[in-house]
Amino acid sequence: MALETANIQERLSQKFGSSVFAFGMQRDIFTFEASPENLHEVIQFLKEDEELNFHFLTDLCGVHYPENDDDHQFAVVYLLHNWVENTRVCVKTYLNANPEVDTIIDLFLSANWMERETWDFYGIVFKGHPQLKRILNMDEMISFPMRKEFPMEDSGRTDKDDRFFGRTVSNKSTL
Amino acid sequence: MSELLLPPEERYAKIIAEKRNEDGSELSVLNLGPTHPATHGIFQNILLMDGERILEAEPTVGYIHRAFEKISENRPFYQINVLTDRMNYCSSPINNFGWWMTVEKLLNIEVPKRAQYLRVIVMELARITDHLICNSILGVDTGAYTGFLYVFQFREKVYEIYEEICGARLTTNMGRIGGFERDWTPKAFELLEKFLEEFPPCWQEFENLFERNRIFIDRTVNVGPISAEKAMSYGFTGPNLRAAGIDYDVRVAQPYSSYEDFDFIVPVGKSGDTYDRFCVRNAEVWESLSIIRQALAKLPEGPIHADVPDYYLPPKEDVYNNMESLIYHFKIVMGEVPVPVAEIYHSVEGGNGELGFYLITDGSRTPYRLHFRRPCFIYYQAYPEMIKGAMLSDAIVILSSLNVIAGELDS
Amino acid sequence: MSDTKTKMVAPPEGVVGEGFFATKLNDVVGLARANSLWPLPFATSCCGIEFMATMASHYDLARFGSERVSFSPRQADMLMVMGTISKKMAPILRQVYEQMSEPRWVISVGACACSGGVFDTYSVLQGIDKVIPVDVYVPGCPPRPEQIVDGVMQLQELVKNESVRRRNSPEYKELLASYNL
Repeated sequence: MALETANIQERLSQKFGSSVFAFGMQRDIFTFEASPENLHEVIQFLKEDEELNFHFLTDLCGVHYPENDDDHQFAVVYLLHNWVENTRVCVKTYLNANPEVDTIIDLFLSANWMERETWDFYGIVFKGHPQLKRILNMDEMISFPMRKEFPMEDSGRTDKDDRFFGRTVSNKSTL
Repeated sequence: MSELLLPPEERYAKIIAEKRNEDGSELSVLNLGPTHPATHGIFQNILLMDGERILEAEPTVGYIHRAFEKISENRPFYQINVLTDRMNYCSSPINNFGWWMTVEKLLNIEVPKRAQYLRVIVMELARITDHLICNSILGVDTGAYTGFLYVFQFREKVYEIYEEICGARLTTNMGRIGGFERDWTPKAFELLEKFLEEFPPCWQEFENLFERNRIFIDRTVNVGPISAEKAMSYGFTGPNLRAAGIDYDVRVAQPYSSYEDFDFIVPVGKSGDTYDRFCVRNAEVWESLSIIRQALAKLPEGPIHADVPDYYLPPKEDVYNNMESLIYHFKIVMGEVPVPVAEIYHSVEGGNGELGFYLITDGSRTPYRLHFRRPCFIYYQAYPEMIKGAMLSDAIVILSSLNVIAGELDS
Repeated sequence: MSDTKTKMVAPPEGVVGEGFFATKLNDVVGLARANSLWPLPFATSCCGIEFMATMASHYDLARFGSERVSFSPRQADMLMVMGTISKKMAPILRQVYEQMSEPRWVISVGACACSGGVFDTYSVLQGIDKVIPVDVYVPGCPPRPEQIVDGVMQLQELVKNESVRRRNSPEYKELLASYNL
């Protein structure tokens, strides 16, 4: 018998009350939010509870929402998978402009680099991560390139004339 | 501050000094890569060695970081396909169709059966080339160059089929939203038939050459084993996970593109060592061949793309002669096509694991956020642990057998 | 074996007499260099896979005197840069170039190495000619093996006609100085 979404919701609400909320289906994946303080416990519960048994961390990534209010500037998205029941679940947590959330390395070894990557791209600090340093970008880099305000193109380039690309300086960063 | 934040050289220097004081042993630091010829790609590992034995390793990645995710936030949906080609370039059609299927899921497009079957054929061909490269390179690393030269001619044959279908060899940019850009020519089917006839004997010979080869067995059995629990915790997927004994395959777990119509076995290994990984890939090639045969036999007639004029470019002659087509063409190219606001995760079974696309749209012509779940990136972090205690030459073999593709690793 | 179609390299222009052949030193050196170019593959991504195809049986780069792929920069003549060079990689590429001994040539294979290609981003070097001088550019994303072979043949032409004194000329020194080499 497949794991019902209502079941997951019920068990989580029983355990965590109102700190797990905004349940809903995003297409075929059951999605909900957790507050950053509880995130570690929620994921631990999802993993270790015998009925839920979400034992595989499929994906972990950050999202930047500069337009949102102060408490929802960043999101960290965790995709968990239960291979036995073949059910996926997506946990989100929203962070403020000074983003910090607990690491889940102790639960999933694969979270190590994924968290490093998220820090590298968004500057989201994973508290308790033993090796939170640059992974894909250069060590010398100081900004976080996946934040929306960071321009995609190399600012130092000299070989491309903006006029021939239909761009002017003013719209370059917003394009 | 954590020890691990220091550069590995500094960290190792301390260990070396400690060890010297302790029992007078002389450890050394070896920098392997990033352009070492034996590593087949840009991998740097800074190793702490005791003679020829590896005590500790720290990989550095990101040497070909090209900012795929940043580019995708600035490109319309149909241009992102070009990026997916360059991710796992050994099996680019799988990446292409993975991306198209994500977009189709977003737009709720039902792809006609014929296109789905043709996609399956191409994806399985891609899986064959991917495994063929990995296994023959593993042969090269254990000292058998012949296998590589022998089976590589068949990769050329597959590339000829790709060329017939889409015009390109390696970075195929195949397919469109809703199906294919054009139907396959009779020549493509002819080439495919020829490949299906000529390749199996060659692959059988390749297998015979290695599977019971004394040297190969000595070099690979019990080299770099990983337990099923560890593999799962490290996020292994694909052949590497199956070699450890877990039969998780996205094609079976969440069938896409009509994979449920075909009969195939998911081969699994036992110990998760290099030899098992080799054998699982070998067996998968046979399964892929069988899937292609089934798909060819059952191939239905019909359209090769869904009827979605909003997203599928009309044929050029219609654009010139037909008002409606011209309008659609204009709308697609100028990016004035509505896209629903949604969050989608779609995954396909790539050459080396679950290739996922996590897409957030905000209704504009570009994704708001697109995250690629790159299997290599996730399982490569197990590498330092797998080579701990191994010989240096084994480390090379383990790296080859993991099939880590630099382009996918660094995005 | 009489049935093989071995094509020998034509001798340079010169005066032939009984028991002697007189020609210019330049031509002899050029001939020797051009037909024994040892490649150093600096393969980072997709183009490297096409280079593998170029080296393998079907296209066989060895026919052009490049049988031995030299992975040591010290013994290589031609640096083949294939694939995207990120800014993180650029210093390493430069170091490899510095380690090669004169005379050395560089082929830039593929759009990424030539100009950054489709990756016009903060992390990618927009063309390797920003850090090292390049002799031959091979376009394509990735170029077909035939194109890579053509690039090597173009380079052979360059090598054949290069003066033995070129590497000591002030122009060449100026070129290197412009790259701070």
